[in-house]
This record gives sequence, C-alpha cells and structure tokens, in this order.
Amino acid sequence: MALNSPQPDDLSRKQRFEWLALAAIFFFSLLGIRLWSLQVIYSDQYQMLSQKNRTRYIPIAAPRGPIYDRDGLLLVDNRPAFTVSVLRQEVTDKEQLLTRLATYLNSDWHQLEADWNKHRYYPQYRPIPLKHDVDRTTVEKLSENSIDLSGILIEVQPMRAYPFHEAAAHLFGHIGAITEKELTQQRFSDYHAGDFIGKSGLEKHLEPYLRGIAGEKLVEVDVKGKKLRQHQVQPPLPGKSIFLTLDRSLQLQAEQAFGDQSGAAVVLDVNNGDILAMVSRPAFDPALFAHGISNEQWQTLVNNPDHPLQAKAISGQYPPGSTYKMVTALAALHEGVITPNDIIDCEGRTTVGNRSFRCWKKRGHGATNLKKALRESCDVWFYEVSLKLGIERMSAMARNLGLGRSYDLPLDNERPGLIPDKTWKRNRYNAPWYKGETVIAAIGQGYVLTTPLQLAVMTSTIANGGTLYQPHLIKRIEEFDGQILKQTSPHVLHDSDLNQQDLRYIKEGMEEVVNHPRGTGKSSALQDVVVAAKTGTAQVVRLKDDPVDGEEVDVEEIAYRHRDHALFVAYAPAEKPQIAVAIIVEHGQHGGSAAGPIAKQIFTHYFETQHAVQQPTENSGESDV
Amino acid sequence: MFDRRLAGNFDWTLLALVLLAAAVGIANLYSSTSSWNLSGLPIYMKQTYWLAIGFSIAITLTILSYRHLEHMAAITYIGCVSLLASVLIFGKTSMGATRWIDLGFFNLQPSEVMKVVIIIALAAYFSQHESNEGYRLKELIAPGLLLSVPVILTMKQPDLGTAMLLLFIGTTMALFAGIRRYALTILALLSSCAMTGGWFLLHGYQKDRIRTFLNPERDPLGTGYHIIQSKIAVGSGGLWGKGFMQGTQSQLSFLPERHTDFAFSVFAEEWGLLGCILLLSLYLAIVLRGIYIARKADSSFGMYLAIGVTAMIFWHIIVNLGMVIGLLPVVGVPLPLFSYGGTSIVTTMIGCGLLLNISMRRFIF
Repeated sequence: MALNSPQPDDLSRKQRFEWLALAAIFFFSLLGIRLWSLQVIYSDQYQMLSQKNRTRYIPIAAPRGPIYDRDGLLLVDNRPAFTVSVLRQEVTDKEQLLTRLATYLNSDWHQLEADWNKHRYYPQYRPIPLKHDVDRTTVEKLSENSIDLSGILIEVQPMRAYPFHEAAAHLFGHIGAITEKELTQQRFSDYHAGDFIGKSGLEKHLEPYLRGIAGEKLVEVDVKGKKLRQHQVQPPLPGKSIFLTLDRSLQLQAEQAFGDQSGAAVVLDVNNGDILAMVSRPAFDPALFAHGISNEQWQTLVNNPDHPLQAKAISGQYPPGSTYKMVTALAALHEGVITPNDIIDCEGRTTVGNRSFRCWKKRGHGATNLKKALRESCDVWFYEVSLKLGIERMSAMARNLGLGRSYDLPLDNERPGLIPDKTWKRNRYNAPWYKGETVIAAIGQGYVLTTPLQLAVMTSTIANGGTLYQPHLIKRIEEFDGQILKQTSPHVLHDSDLNQQDLRYIKEGMEEVVNHPRGTGKSSALQDVVVAAKTGTAQVVRLKDDPVDGEEVDVEEIAYRHRDHALFVAYAPAEKPQIAVAIIVEHGQHGGSAAGPIAKQIFTHYFETQHAVQQPTENSGESDV
Repeated sequence: MFDRRLAGNFDWTLLALVLLAAAVGIANLYSSTSSWNLSGLPIYMKQTYWLAIGFSIAITLTILSYRHLEHMAAITYIGCVSLLASVLIFGKTSMGATRWIDLGFFNLQPSEVMKVVIIIALAAYFSQHESNEGYRLKELIAPGLLLSVPVILTMKQPDLGTAMLLLFIGTTMALFAGIRRYALTILALLSSCAMTGGWFLLHGYQKDRIRTFLNPERDPLGTGYHIIQSKIAVGSGGLWGKGFMQGTQSQLSFLPERHTDFAFSVFAEEWGLLGCILLLSLYLAIVLRGIYIARKADSSFGMYLAIGVTAMIFWHIIVNLGMVIGLLPVVGVPLPLFSYGGTSIVTTMIGCGLLLNISMRRFIF
C-alpha cells in the first residue's frame, strides 16, 4: 500500500458525517431486526415459555426421627398428610378464593385469613399453609375444582404419628409450631417460621436428634401454579432414630392395666436401670398437637381434674405411705437400733407425749417382729423403731436408696420429692423437729414425698442388693442409615453399702407380703414366679387426728377426691430379681387391692414373654413397618 | 459572556427528544417496580429527582461556553485518572468489584465521569492535531495512550462494560478523525490479537458470561438466567405487548435487574415490537441529532466533542439493547435515560448539556 495514497482517508468531512449517520442507522436496524425476530417470528415460542416458566424453590419438610422401643418396635413415626397451601402471587382475588376455600374445607373464613396473614412475611414463592392434614375426600374435591382455586396447592408433608395414641404420651411429649419468640433464640437459629419443634417430653429434649434436614426442590410451575417439571431435588434427610429402653408390649400392658383409674407406674430393669415401662394416667393423644391443637381441646385437657398432661410417674409427688417402711426398717437394722427378732407389742397405738398414733389395725398386731411388721404393715412397730432411730438416720437411708432426688431424665418437670430432716424443717418453717413428725415419717406420711420413679429406683436398689443405677430411657440413637451415634450403658450412681444380711431380712419380709396368708399383698402372687412387694396407702386428706391405713373406714362415705392413694412396690423373681415396679393408683384406697393387681398384670406379661427365659435380645435398628 | 442570542438558538428539538425518552423511562420504572414494597421513596420518584438534578446541571452547563473545556482538558483528564487509580486503592467493594468512592452522601463512580473526561481529552487532542489525510500510526500513539490508561484502570476494577464503552467511544472518535488505511489494517490485526490474548486476562465470571452468551442453555439457572429470562420477556411481548404493568415476566420477578440493566426487557414485554420500534426511533433521533449538532459545530473542538458525546450515548444504547435481546454478552451497561441509576442519568444529562451547549453556539463565531 502506498504510503501517501490519497484515498479513503481523504473523505470529506461531509461524507464522514454521512457515514456516521449510516452506521448509526445500520446498528439500530440490526437491533430492530433482532426485535422483529424475537417478538414476531419466535414470539409464540417465547410466549409459551413465559407462560410456563415459573420456577420456584420449594422446601421439602424432613420427617422427624422415628422412636422405637428396646427391640426396634415402632412407637412414634410419621405418616403422609395433605396440607392445603396458597401461593399468593397466583391469586387474583383473595377474598373470593378464601370464600371458596372455606366452603370446601368447611373452615372458618376468618381463621383462614388469619393463617394467611400470620405468614405474610414468607417470600412470595413460598406457599402459605392454610390447613393441615386434610382428608382424602376433601383433597379430591379441591383437585376437581382447581380451576376456581388458582394459587391453591396441595402438598404432601410428613406428619408426626403416634400409632399407640395415649400410650407413653408423657414420655414422647408433643410437638408444635415454633413461636416467634423461639425463632429469636440461638438454638433455633436455623429454623424457619412454620417449622414444628418438640415442645415437651422426648420430642423437646431430643429435638436436635429428631429434627431432620429439610430438602429443597426447584420446580417449574405454570400460570395456574400447577407443577410442570422438577429441576433439581435435594432430598430431605430424616431425623435420627431413637431407641428407648421401653418394652413396647409391657408398656401397652401396663397402660391397659390401669383401666379408667388415674395414677402412674414405673417398671425398671433392676440390673441396669433401664426403664421398661413408664405410665401416667390419664394421658392424652400427642397427635392432637401434631398440627396445632384447638383451643377447645386444650381447655378440655387443662381443666380435667385428673391432670392428663402431667407426667405423674416423674412429676407426681406422693407420700409413699407404707412403701417407705423398707427405708425405716433398713435404717434401723443398719444403725443397730433393733435386731430382726426383737419383739414389739402392738396394741393398736403408740403414744408420744400427749399424742396418740394409731396402727391401721385398731385391735393391734400383738407381738410383732421385723418380718411380721413388713408383712402385715404394722405401723406401731415402725413408730417404736423410729423413736429410737431419729429422723436424720432414717432420711439418710431414704437418700441412700435413691429417694429425694431427681435423675435428670430427658423429660419435663421431673420432681425431686422430699425427704425431710431437721435442717430442712428449720429452713422451711423456722421450727424445731418434733418427735411426732419422726413417727409419721417412719410410715411414709407427713412431709415425706416421693415420685413413682423414685419408688421404683428404691425397690430396684433393694432388689439388686444395693446398687443404685441411673434410670435411663434412651438405649441408643442411630443415624437414619443405622450408624450408631450414641449408646447408653448401665451407670452406677452409687453403692448403697448395705449389709447383705440386713437386706435379706427386708427381702424376706417383702416376699411374705405376697406369699404369706396374712400378707397385705397376697392378691398379687403369681404361680410360677415369686414376687416380693410392699403395699402402701397415702393419705390425701387427714380424716382423723391420726394416720390410718384405711381398711377400717367406711369408704363409701368418703368422696372420691378425698380417698387415699393406693401404692404398691414390688420386684420379681424374688430369688434372682429382674424387674422392679412402683405403682400408684390415685384415690385407689388400698395398695394391695387397687395397685397390686396392676403389678400382677405387669409381672404376668413380663414373665410370659421371652423376657422370662433370657435377657432381651439386641435387635439392631429393625422396625416393624 | 452570555449572549441573549444564545437563547434563540437553543436546541429545543434535542431537549424534547431527551426529555421524552426520560419520561418513557420513568413510566417504565413505575411499572417494573410497582410490586416492590420498599420503604421510602419509590424508585421511579428517585429517578425523577435524579433527572431533575441532571437537567439542572445540563442547563447550567449551557451558560458557560463549552470552549472553556478545551483548556481544562488536561487537568480534568489527569484528575480523573488519579481518581480511577485511587478507586483501586480506597474504593468501596460491592459484588466483587471496586468501583465506587464513598463521598458520604453519594457514591462516586469515577469510571462514569471518565467517559465524559476522555471525550473532552480526545476532542482536544484531535482538534489540535488535525490531519487532512488521516492519522499515521505514530500520530495515534498519543491518543492511544490517553485512551488505554483509563481503559486498563477500569478493567482492573473490574468493569468490563465501562472499559469496553471507553474503548468504543475513543475508537469512534479516532475513526471519525480519520486513520490511514494501512494504519487501520495494522490496528485491526493488533486488536484481534489483543482480543485473543485478552481472553486469558478475563476474570472467571467474565469468561462465564461470554461462554453463557454463546450458549445460554449451558447454565439456565446461573449466569444464563438473565439472558434467557430477558429473551423470554422481550419475545413474549409480541407485536402489541402485554400492556402497561401487565408483563408477567417482570411483574412476577422473573426478570433480574429489571429496573436497571434490564429495564428495556420490561418495556419490550409490555409494549411489544411497536413500542420498541417507537423507542428505537426516539433513540436514533437523539443520535442523529447529535451527529447533526457535530456537523453544525462552530469549532473543530466542538465537533469532536459532539461526536464523542453522541458516540457515548449511541454505544450505551447499542450495548445495552444488544445485551438484553441476546446479541451481546451481559456486561452491565445501563440504557441511557431508561435504566435506574443516578450516575448514569447525570452522566447522560451532562452529555446532553454539552450537545445543547455546542448546538446553541453554532452561529456565533
């Protein structure tokens, strides 16, 4: 190319402006052609895409972890439930939609609107749940009329299911929607509004294990909100599987044994502290809470005078009555204030100062030694012994046997009970301790309070020769794929350091309670297994000036609410103990006749199943579903 | 100083065209952000305020003759380049890029100011070194350097879109000034080599954008999402459009950045091809008016200045529209007078002010 060629560089200025304008027009034309291509030639295709391509991330709720019994039999799991939700951005007329929906769902218009508004801070693409657990017929009705219900979605969500309804309800507790206040707490930092969390019981205390990890799906929905295509799915991870120490069939048997009676029962494996059954009656169905309980249902539960929401097995504090006599007797032997064969003459009463304390048997038991005192529950024997023993030594033995403390079970409101002593009374009432109080404490009345769990622990400790095991409820926790995360092994809290000879006298006395013709608990005797027990009666209202064991009072005259509680503690087999039970029947009157039969049913069931011949077999993570 | 005759020469045509485009833009913003529940001033009102500020600046600028700018070219250039350099050191980082200097009440984006400053600098250079036979290669070294320093600094931020625009504006001015054919050939060769080499200097996300532009389906939910959704919005608008505030793509939030870079997609969806053609005509009219003003300019500096400003507006339009209708990769260039953003509207209005300034002094020598 010639260096000084006078060619296009020489364009006159005018031409350059023309070129510039032409270039501008050219580029704009390119844009115009492209627009024409998009908006005319391919417009149908894009219009279709615009109709169809509404992509949304939708969270998939994770199923909570299932709860199994010790053998991997199912106790609590999840079932699929239909939830009716609304995708707001697809809704044109909210009022009209709610009116239609209220008809189909047979719900209150204002309630639906309230639920809608409650979740108005959800992102637009996130459906708002309006009604949970809708039945299949309603779902079909809604699907048929989906044209009129633009924006309404029907989602399948896992719903907490308690196939055995009221059984062990107090252990499982209940779940409920997370509150705004809870959402602000640190431990719920990764929760969202609308999530369900454990509110009580194991559901609450094992929340970090039970909660799964929510999944997420990216879906394409069309104008009507109908799902078209699913892009990616991040499946939810279910929560961990919990294996309890409970024996499902034993639990069910124990629940059933109560019938309509209120009360509580605890069954322990004496050799490791496993809680095999824990019953509190009356109970409630935790499923009521699975998607929000109605105010009406709640009021019914709260106002029931038998307190169905209370876990009586751990939070019911009752005077132990005569079941406390083992404590007094063991303390007396331990401290050497009496020998097993020392005779005390029961004439039906003991007088301390100017007060007279009656034996439940007005005529008296006559000459009574330790064994007879236990067998026939002679109050006078214990009154006399307690006067030699004093409250401090008696209460020390009570604590030694596991009373007066809590065991930190993963449950709510476990109560410590009360084992009184002089210091306690001074702090509490600023008053000195009186001898009369020692006398009634000796037979488990007065200030003494125990929970059924503590009584079971006490019985178990006597049965196994003095080892206080930590009672526990959780056997192990597994990842959903079966990997074991946590396993509980027996934990000895302390050795009661009891003289085995002393213990033998007590145990013989307890055996005679059931197996002697004059025993107070002879109605609980089994054919093949020797049961050792102690009956008790706990005063609800002081009927007379002095404690009574009830037998000679006309029960018909006493209003139900004023009747005494019946108690029964037992273990079996006597020679080589396996399980211990503690039972209270509220207002059941007599330990032997009201609570004893429940224990009998528990023992019968336990020894009729394979547990009688061998220790429970390990069943790793298998369920029956 | 101020001559009363100037008022008589005021370019009402340009002003009308610009204000019309801005008004359509604000109406469009009203539609695209109507579903937002933001506290405070709505976006379209903010945009109106920005327009008013820009307009005031533009009108104020017309009082002083643009000719003073020629003497200020060197100092503004040096000042602005230093600002660009300081952004890299003290700037505010947002979304992986450092583009702003926090002035407290306002986030200044020096690369935007640079667009106007480079125009003044190049206009000054070309008007002072006129060549009737076109520039030789070595005569282009000086303007080349003037251009490449801010381009490189802007790319460093990294702001590929603005760097590209600076390059386009400079190249347009140089081409207009005239380049000898051999020099042009060599430059073309050099730039194609540079582009190949430049690929390796791009940031990962920039490469992604270009790859995705070439094949948007490669990553339909990631970087391709913008292009796909925008094309759907534009295409589904059809011939007549879905109607004002009726665009489903935009109203249902499928369109990202629908008030800024993708504002045109909202317009195209709601007004269809007819609306688009009218809007394009409006923009073309502004550009042609700019060229006309350059042609009628009373001085060489004024001519180059007008060419530069027109080129700036033009390339913004082409790159932005090319991007939203899938002809160019997504580079984040706003559509003048249409996309929400104070800096963009003020820069555009300053440009218009310069054009008005040049235009009204065309008969005064």
